[in-house]
Amino acid sequence: MPDDTPVQPATALLVLGCPQVPVQTSIALYLISRLKKAGLVPVVAGNKAANTLLVIADPDRHYLGEVMDLDRAVALISEKKRDFDRCFVFIHNDAGISYAATMGVISKAKLFTLVYGEHSDDLVQQIEFPCTTIAAKAVHNPLPLKKALDEVKPWAV
Amino acid sequence: MGCVEEMNYEILLRDASFKESRAYIKEHFPEYIDVQPGFKVFDIHVIGIPPIAIGLDHDFVIFPYTKPCHGTFLLRVEDTEEAARLRATKSGKSAK
Repeated sequence: MPDDTPVQPATALLVLGCPQVPVQTSIALYLISRLKKAGLVPVVAGNKAANTLLVIADPDRHYLGEVMDLDRAVALISEKKRDFDRCFVFIHNDAGISYAATMGVISKAKLFTLVYGEHSDDLVQQIEFPCTTIAAKAVHNPLPLKKALDEVKPWAV
Repeated sequence: MGCVEEMNYEILLRDASFKESRAYIKEHFPEYIDVQPGFKVFDIHVIGIPPIAIGLDHDFVIFPYTKPCHGTFLLRVEDTEEAARLRATKSGKSAK
């Protein structure tokens, strides 16, 4: 008897950091676009400022799908009410490392860390948990981080 | 994590790194437990690099609270029931 159960598309969670480094919003929209083209369903989790920057930049939701509060995402995953197939954590400070390490423990998703900003080299050295790290010393210009992303192609893994 | 603002808390460290927060707890509070990220303290799922230290000082609970833009705050909150609940979770290997 054929299995009529519809196949659920793979999902990807983007965990945003503080939006004080400009490349985050640009790279998040770029990554969402690539994930959607690859057939994945991206979900964004960030604080109010990080989420609002994306929502205002994409008013007709050409790229954005579901957007949720970061604390709510952590609670849902911790309580096993929800999980994702891939997780991308944006990191430009110590808090970003903490969120990535947390996702590595509470979620079954394949973990990617996107490290950028002035201190990207130091931050990469602090990542001692299993993940794929994509890093570039990008602050205002997103092209170095885009190039690093394109080399890894995490949407195709 | 919405209830921190409603707590009567004291900030022991602000804008700290996660390592500084953990070192402070181990240095200043002889009684502490180690927990994994996502462990619930009050209504907060703690964030951090495992193991995460939660300090206990009589009826006070000392725990890290991380925000994306402000790093890690180390908060001290008095709550008899929560302190007792956390003591009951001790594995015995991390707390004196």
